[in-house]
Amino acid sequence: MNTAAIEERETYLNAGYGLKSWLLTKDHKRIAILYLITVTFFFFIGGIFASLIRIELLTPQGDLVSSDTYNKLFTMHGITMIFFFLIPSIPATLGNFFLPMMIGARDLAFPRINLLSWYLLVIGGLFAIFAMLAGGVDTGWTFYTPYSTTYSNTWVIATAIGIFVSGFSSILTGLNFIVTVHRMRAPGMTWFRMPLFVWSQYATAIIQVLGTPVIAVTLLLVFCERAFHIGIFDPALGGDPVLFQHMFWFYSHPAVYIMVLPGMGVVSELISVYSRKPVFGYHFVAFSSIAIAVIGFLVWGHHLFVSTQSVYAGLVFSFLSYCVAIPSAVKVFNWTATLYKGSISFATPMLYAFGFIGLFTIGGLTGLFVASLGFDVHVTDTYFVIAHFHYVMVGGTIMAYMGGLHYWWPKMTGRLYPEGWAKLSAAIIFVGFNLTFFPQFILGYLGMPRRYHFYPPEFQVLHVLSTAGASVLAVGYLLPAIYLFWSLRYGEVAGANPWGATGLEWKTQSPPPVHNFDEIPVVTHEAYDYSTVVGEVIEVG
Amino acid sequence: MADQAHAQVETLALREQFDTPEQQKETSTLGMWIFLITEVMFFGGLFLVYTIYRNVYPTVFGRASTSLNATIGAVNTAVLLCSSFTMVLAVRSAQLGKRKALVIFLILTMLLGLMFLGVKAYEWNEKFVEHHVPGTHFHFEGVAEQGPAQLFFSLYFAMTGLHALHMVVGVGILSWLLYHAVRGRFTAEYMTPVDIAGLYWHFVDIIWIFLFPLLYLIDRHMNLP
Amino acid sequence: MTLPLLPERASNFAPDVDHLMYYLVGVSAFFIVLIFAAIFYFAIRYRRRSEHDLPEPIHASLALEIAWSVIPFGLTMIMFAWGANIFFKESRPPKDAMQVYVVAKQWMWKIQHMEGQREINELHIPVGRPVKLTMTSEDAIHSFFVPAFRTKQDVVPGRYSTTWFTATKPGKYHLFCAEYCGTKHSGMTGWVYAMEPQDYQAWLSGGRAFGSLAENGEKLFQELACGNCHKADGSGRCPSLVGLYGRDVLLADGRSITADEAYLRESILRPDAKIVAGFQPLMPTFQGLVTEEGVLQLIEYIKSLSPRPAIGAGTTPAEINVNPGAATPAPTNP
Repeated sequence: MNTAAIEERETYLNAGYGLKSWLLTKDHKRIAILYLITVTFFFFIGGIFASLIRIELLTPQGDLVSSDTYNKLFTMHGITMIFFFLIPSIPATLGNFFLPMMIGARDLAFPRINLLSWYLLVIGGLFAIFAMLAGGVDTGWTFYTPYSTTYSNTWVIATAIGIFVSGFSSILTGLNFIVTVHRMRAPGMTWFRMPLFVWSQYATAIIQVLGTPVIAVTLLLVFCERAFHIGIFDPALGGDPVLFQHMFWFYSHPAVYIMVLPGMGVVSELISVYSRKPVFGYHFVAFSSIAIAVIGFLVWGHHLFVSTQSVYAGLVFSFLSYCVAIPSAVKVFNWTATLYKGSISFATPMLYAFGFIGLFTIGGLTGLFVASLGFDVHVTDTYFVIAHFHYVMVGGTIMAYMGGLHYWWPKMTGRLYPEGWAKLSAAIIFVGFNLTFFPQFILGYLGMPRRYHFYPPEFQVLHVLSTAGASVLAVGYLLPAIYLFWSLRYGEVAGANPWGATGLEWKTQSPPPVHNFDEIPVVTHEAYDYSTVVGEVIEVG
Repeated sequence: MADQAHAQVETLALREQFDTPEQQKETSTLGMWIFLITEVMFFGGLFLVYTIYRNVYPTVFGRASTSLNATIGAVNTAVLLCSSFTMVLAVRSAQLGKRKALVIFLILTMLLGLMFLGVKAYEWNEKFVEHHVPGTHFHFEGVAEQGPAQLFFSLYFAMTGLHALHMVVGVGILSWLLYHAVRGRFTAEYMTPVDIAGLYWHFVDIIWIFLFPLLYLIDRHMNLP
Repeated sequence: MTLPLLPERASNFAPDVDHLMYYLVGVSAFFIVLIFAAIFYFAIRYRRRSEHDLPEPIHASLALEIAWSVIPFGLTMIMFAWGANIFFKESRPPKDAMQVYVVAKQWMWKIQHMEGQREINELHIPVGRPVKLTMTSEDAIHSFFVPAFRTKQDVVPGRYSTTWFTATKPGKYHLFCAEYCGTKHSGMTGWVYAMEPQDYQAWLSGGRAFGSLAENGEKLFQELACGNCHKADGSGRCPSLVGLYGRDVLLADGRSITADEAYLRESILRPDAKIVAGFQPLMPTFQGLVTEEGVLQLIEYIKSLSPRPAIGAGTTPAEINVNPGAATPAPTNP
């Protein structure tokens, strides 16, 4: 395969040049690339906020920035990372690109709505960036009332609008995915022949569609309360501040499954291809995604254990929170079992998959800690919770995202990334991550509250360790940004199936043609049937 | 490299991502149903807030509700129900390929929708004049605590406002349909946009069917002063 | 530079919570080692030898799926029950707990002892005696967190929330605000001083100059002319408040509720919310005319009008003069 051949062949990348061909595209693959650029941008913005936070926390005193600024930093870090990076990340980039291809479709069900989704994310992001530049917002990403409606003097409304608009981006993506999976599967692609990545995207889409409207209306009410002083959440006017918490978390808990389920889907793909075996317990893994989506809607009250919520509600939510953990555990066991008697490759994506399993296991297990009422009373609103959710969202989702990005990079770009640098970066990320966040479990149990600008001196050593880890982690994330970009021009040209993977996306060229497939495939095999790719040359790993 | 599956030219009835017009129709319909489910969740948040506060302040909500003009509300309800009827007739006309009938029924539906919005504007103006709009000038007579009364009216405006916004969008969609109907773009084989617009219109109507009793008819039987 | 790894245990709940933590850590460590070791072992043992490897597909095993669903579920049910048990105890203060009031505001803790002692950002309590805090906020949501006690409770405007603990070790323990509340959230910290009972009594007697909460409440009651309607003999337009606290009250709408702190607070600030059966809604609201501390003083005064306070009894000035050497009530076993 030589470069000249690639440049002659029409792919989705060179079919039409110029800004208009990108900004008015209906091609799900181009939209995925637009999203990739956008979420990467927001990731680095959120990362800058994180760096400033960690630098400030090197010393017990608040000596780098003022308290007001610090409060804005952690708020904007959370908002950027959650709404503008994590929620869209895997679904809108890898999902958009590969869901149609994996089921043998030419595009999503509604291509123009797909483009609209991207524009909504950008518009929402612009509102959020405006708020940040105009002075920032300091309510915490959780916007608890009455602080956010009555006492905060920052750009709450502009930020709320930004999140509101980006929420519709998420809803429309979810809607598109659900309809696509139901109606656009190629002949022979039955539900139980679909790759597990598609199952997890489907489950994610259900959450996006059902949950996001609730936070939209909640933020709308915050807007109204703040602008018109109407009293929905203001106790002085007869309102209930804890009602906000219920409505907020009704979405925001399922939202964390929007963030992690796609990552789990990616890991299923990676474990399979780099063991050359079907995922063990395919049906259980598929149904566990649905179970997580459903049960995930029933546990929001575990964020309200000390909020003055009733004891009995606390009991119900604690019990259900343990129920939602079981399907995740089932996945971890099934992935591990897939390795048994497999043919294990240590290509970079597999290293990320291993990283995910390890770190998600730790993060998920600490979820069991906080689900326990008596334990949570002590650690809620401390660094223990911060450590827990960073383990699952960064150690989990971002690892999976990196793994997926590397796995599908050759297919999306037609280029291989440099394997040596990639493996090094994965190792740096793993070490940096653990050094950053493990000390925070200890900090939290000791009693260090979250969202503190300055702190008692006995907590300093642990904070210094955490910041040291963060600097390593930053290097780990910067390297792929550089070498992936570099590979676009100088990377080794990739073939159609460099990993010897099954899956319809590997049956077409790298990069794919505009219409994905020259002929719509007819599916006759189960998912992950490696006997069908026996002749494929495995180029890497 | 000719793409065999793309020998057909893309048409309205068969866009390029689909294999058959039936697939496109089923997909569009499923898409609209899922969208309506998201709308249920969206309005649902407001209905939840309403339920909770009505439970906490039943008397004040009753009094505040009684101050709304139930006759006007009932007239508006009838108007919307008629508009749903004309919408059904529009869809039926499209199914039968009757262009003129389709155009007439779309126009009737739009007029009824606009009439609803006009009446709503009148009602809102009344509320403004009576100082029942939440905010600095709010005052509701007959109750000592203004907070819960203001809560009721906040919900009244939020819920009817959101509903009215959906009606405006609905009227916009109908005018777009009208534009294409007049040009003969809809046939018995391809009338999906009319069909799914009908679903949307009926949904907005159903939301009002819930809003009317919940907002206008609380404790009406008690004939409060 | 110190590197502490575990917080001090200074309350009746601390050992319980720590033991639960050990169980959680133990189970987690087991599964972490299991998964990590399995992955390590499989990855090395089954590493790819040739690019023509084609492993035999192994699809599923119902027995395994059931086993690794049911066993973890059982382990988590222990976590659930254990945590729930602690939580239940934390939600049921003993009847003889010593009452202290807390009003939180941006960015300080205002603490009010029954006997009149007032503190800012400090709470002095005796060791060995259950202490129940009744708390409210004047503005945003705060949270009263004492890591050494392992207790935490959000402090919400517009309502009372309670927490309780029995200090088991004399000492000085961090008090943190644990719900983000604005600019000086990190500065809204203080100390809980757990003292030997005799030292506590000595400290307490320094507060007499303020007058007890109930005494101040009586003054406020007179200033606000509450007695014009709430006559003690019941002849006024409004119910008598003598013996009210702790009693069941029949409301005009037929409901019956217990007159606790929350009811009294609501009746002062939102009198129209619940009308007593047989009376007219005549009482004006005192929202804005009385601070949260004022409300607490009035509540304590009203409580003092009951023959024997039923809930959360505190010490009255008469009881402070007990012989310092006498045994204090044994701490209720949580």
